Amino acid sequence: MTLRRAGFAGAVAGEWIKIWTVRSTWWSMFATVVVTVGLSSLLTLAYTLSYDRLGFRARLAFDPVAYGLAGLNFGVITLGVLGVLVVSTEFSSGLVRTSLSAVPRRSRLLAAKAVVLAAVALAVGLISSFAAFFASQAVFSMRRLGAGIGDPEVLRAVTGGGLYLTLIALISLGAGAIVRHTAGAITSVLGVLFVAPIFGVFLPEDWGRTVQKFLPPAAGSAILTTRETPVTLPPWQGFGVFAGYTALVLVVAFVLFRRRDV
Amino acid sequence: MISAAGLTKVYGGRTALDHADFTVRPGVVTGFLGPNGAGKSTAMRLILDLDRATAGSVTVNGRRYRDLPVPLREVGALLEAKAWHGGRSAHDHLRFLARTNGIPKRRVREVLDIVGLHDVAGKRAKSYSLGMGQRLGIAAALLGDPAILMFDEPVNGLDPEGILWIRRLMQSLAAEGRTVFVSSHLMAEMALTAGHLIVIGRGRILADTPMADFIPASHVRVRSPDLAALVRAVAAEDWRARPADDALLVYGVTPADVGDLAYRNGIRVHELSPVHPSLEEAFMRLTADSVEYHGGGG
Ligand SMILES: Nc1ncnc2c1ncn2[C@@H]1O[C@H](COP(=O)(O)OP(=O)(O)OP(=O)(O)O)[C@@H](O)[C@H]1O
Ligand SMILES: [Mg+2]
Repeated sequence: MTLRRAGFAGAVAGEWIKIWTVRSTWWSMFATVVVTVGLSSLLTLAYTLSYDRLGFRARLAFDPVAYGLAGLNFGVITLGVLGVLVVSTEFSSGLVRTSLSAVPRRSRLLAAKAVVLAAVALAVGLISSFAAFFASQAVFSMRRLGAGIGDPEVLRAVTGGGLYLTLIALISLGAGAIVRHTAGAITSVLGVLFVAPIFGVFLPEDWGRTVQKFLPPAAGSAILTTRETPVTLPPWQGFGVFAGYTALVLVVAFVLFRRRDV
Repeated sequence: MISAAGLTKVYGGRTALDHADFTVRPGVVTGFLGPNGAGKSTAMRLILDLDRATAGSVTVNGRRYRDLPVPLREVGALLEAKAWHGGRSAHDHLRFLARTNGIPKRRVREVLDIVGLHDVAGKRAKSYSLGMGQRLGIAAALLGDPAILMFDEPVNGLDPEGILWIRRLMQSLAAEGRTVFVSSHLMAEMALTAGHLIVIGRGRILADTPMADFIPASHVRVRSPDLAALVRAVAAEDWRARPADDALLVYGVTPADVGDLAYRNGIRVHELSPVHPSLEEAFMRLTADSVEYHGGGG
């Protein structure tokens, strides 16, 4: 047998095999595409059908791109679950002990997982985002409301949708490594993404709105907008804030994963 | 070779391993023997760097496990608990492991053949029986053809045929010059398999000796109503002996020797029997005060 060093490349190759050899990956990929495209289409259809009843201001603020990508906010759940499972099932099954005897460098193993997950999530995220965009704009075009992919800011928003879902998967992987239980990790991710915004609602009007902008879901989904809105940060700023949250969670995850017994 | 020096592990105030010093050498099956909760699995997890030592250190081939360049080529381990994902097939499990350490794919087939999982290798592991799961763990341990092998309670879940198989496997691995470290609390199994023993109780290493030295020599048990006369006669012969209750244990002689001696001296004998002490008895004597959990109404 030839002797090759079992470095980072080997760890990534191993994780690549791992992620494709459990059904949950296929399920969550499939569910992500179906949910994002399906819900984007449905919401767009509902909007299009009620368009005549909308007032002038609502029509003026209308962002066909952000609206058409609304389904991505639900893809957050399915890709979030995938991100959590990639780590949490290692603990629930006991596999982590085998994985670490093959790749004893803890950071190397977690980094390999993150790289593979990011690649998969980016691909699924981009497919979902582009499919949701084209499906929703096809619906909008019934009333000539649609935007084209070549319009200003549009390509950034649609590509950004894929990037946003990638960060969601990574932040979930971090949560999985910190919490180590599937249900607990999923609950904490969804709690932060869907429950935290409620705080903003109960804060006094002006700074409630400011806080809201910086909370994870609003910050992350700012990248989907093509019009300035009072409730979100500018696209890249919002994305930057969300990337900051992701980085923070990952740093904690790496520190704990290195330190704890498995 | 595995060397531990002052290896200590404390779990939340509870000492599972207490300044353990031991060396596991190649060419012989080394049994790691101790009652439940003695710290065997803990020591094995520390060797693999899965748990972090509280104090002390342990090395394999002179390095910390995490510093091994290609760990699966040097150490193969079967851990106590199931360590694979039920949704993945045996084949895929081994394939990913092989990939991480640059082990050629054909080796996956080889180890599947060795452990006899060939026919079910494509099925998801959650459908495996306890024994099949154990075989998958053994296949993973053999994957990198390592010179050091560790097995934590390997006969768990195996049928008699499987037990015989793993015993022969471990002995042949040791005969090839490999280091084989196997934990068990099954004394009879250990007596058949191991050539060297490390005994642990309550986290402390109690003995580290060749199996032959650990088990006391065979002796003769003799009971007599004229015990005092018998003791004198035995002493006159310069035989080593020790009283035990109403009997005398005489070492280094056969029952025939003792019977003839009694006859020559006109001493009545009520019992004359050869005694072959078991590993179990030797072990019980050693660990009597270090058993963590006493059964029964104790
Ligand atoms: N992760 C853990 N957290 C807390 N305590 C632990 C942990 N692992 C082991 N222990 C404790 O450490 C001691 C040694 O346990 P260990 O599993 O190493 O024993 P063992 O010799 O393998 O026993 P057995 O023969 O039952 O497998 C026990 O008291 C156990 O309760
Ligand atoms: Mg144990």
